[in-house]
Amino acid sequence: MSDTQLEADVTVNAVGSSCPGPMMDLIGKAKDVDPGTVIRLQSSNEGTEPDVAEWAEESGNELLEVLDRGDHWELYVQIND
Amino acid sequence: MTERVVIVGGGTAGSVLANSLADEVAAEIDAGDVEVVLINDSEEHVYKPTWLYVPFGEKTPEDAKRPLNDLIDGRVELMIDRVSAVDTDAETVSFDGGRDDLAYDHLVLAMGAQVTPEKTPGLVEGGHHFYGPEATAALREALAEFTEGHLVMSVIGVPHMCPVAPLEFPLMADTWLRERGLREDVEITYTYPINRAHGIESVAEWVGPLMEARDITVETFFNPERVDPDDTVVHTVEGRELSYDLLVSIPPHDGSDVVRDAGLGDDGWVDVDPATLEATAAENVYALGDIADLPTSKAGSAAHYAATSLADRLSSVVRGERPTAEYDGKTVCFIESGEDEATYIAFDYEEEPTPKPPSTLIHWSKLGYNQSYWLTARGVL
Ligand SMILES: Cc1cc2nc3c(=O)[nH]c(=O)nc-3n(C[C@H](O)[C@H](O)[C@H](O)COP(=O)(O)OP(=O)(O)OC[C@H]3O[C@@H](n4cnc5c(N)ncnc54)[C@H](O)[C@@H]3O)c2cc1C
Repeated sequence: MSDTQLEADVTVNAVGSSCPGPMMDLIGKAKDVDPGTVIRLQSSNEGTEPDVAEWAEESGNELLEVLDRGDHWELYVQIND
Repeated sequence: MTERVVIVGGGTAGSVLANSLADEVAAEIDAGDVEVVLINDSEEHVYKPTWLYVPFGEKTPEDAKRPLNDLIDGRVELMIDRVSAVDTDAETVSFDGGRDDLAYDHLVLAMGAQVTPEKTPGLVEGGHHFYGPEATAALREALAEFTEGHLVMSVIGVPHMCPVAPLEFPLMADTWLRERGLREDVEITYTYPINRAHGIESVAEWVGPLMEARDITVETFFNPERVDPDDTVVHTVEGRELSYDLLVSIPPHDGSDVVRDAGLGDDGWVDVDPATLEATAAENVYALGDIADLPTSKAGSAAHYAATSLADRLSSVVRGERPTAEYDGKTVCFIESGEDEATYIAFDYEEEPTPKPPSTLIHWSKLGYNQSYWLTARGVL
């Protein structure tokens, strides 16, 4: 899939950052935002998707969608209560 | 015309750079063609790794300090003041103390990292840390009074200074408590934000079994959101709760507002090219050490190696030559593993480290390095 209907409320750009940077950037943002916020995490690290999927499951948040943008991925994560 | 190199921050990165550069361009400085200015906000140079030993009574915060004047080459002009702003268009730095702005031809930012425990609600009141001189002295007192209960070592801030200090503290505390016959009355828990015990995979694999052997519980995916100092409970983003009797954290870290305000990096860390250390947002600006957003650890050794390659680069630049020296991300960290043993890891941008089996010899090497550090800062080693 290359496009999405999803609208992100905030974008976290972690392209170029090595593991676990992107996920930490996401968690850092998750601490600040209101429940219901959709965060778009941009990462060029291939370990990010499985790590974020596992964290979302553990933390009761939701990994809505992952898009391949060629040189990076976009992960849409909804932060729940 | 004199080429002026201005270095902001006289910690490990700034001091090694100033000394190495002064050595390499000594002739040009003597001829008046080059000027190296080092600005630091205090007269003292602080070697932060000493703080790890303070809670265990092995060092004092005073041991971490030396007058900067004694460490810096006489060819470097030392300025004690706090830089409040950088203007990359005008190529000047401004000061807190009302001193006139200083123009630069080449600017190097080496302001290190700050800890911001206040960013996690309740952490200042409810927790301790060893990432500052007063904090580590206070932890020493708390540990001395601690005879039973739950000791929690929680990594909150990532990125943080020294990739391994959060592992060293619980391992050293384990030995310290055993030596005092208290270990049976103390439960130790170590928490980490991601799904393994450390960001570097091979280190996580190495430390997992070691923590288990020492009876230290490891909690992963643990991201404290707030601390309740009255009930002594840590609450996490993941919805978990952990009660503690003594909480030791690696607090959240921050770069510098000077960086944010100058548009050099949104998060307070300077965006740089990892090899040349040139800032991506401005010409003639470089950053190294903890303030630089590099894909390696915030470690003194990384600061030291980056400083020597930047000294090579800048000496070419000020001579009008084409610079070729590059930083490859080299970092070496000793890891205290308790029981008077230590190991070390060495890595760079490409290579992941592999920890060696801990030994007493490496423990003594770490202590020896901490002594010889004062020669490193002088640019001798
Ligand atoms: C407890 C602890 C243990 C550690 N153990 C190890 C270890 O075993 N091995 C290892 O390699 N690393 C270790 N480190 C990390 C190491 O100390 C840092 O990576 C290193 O100090 C980075 O050097 P730096 O020059 O970038 O920053 P710093 O050493 O922090 O120096 C920054 C300097 O800039 C000054 N400054 C800041 N802002 C301004 C301003 N606006 N104007 C003027 N001056 C300013 C500061 O006062 C300071 O002197 C440890 C750190 C801690 C906290």
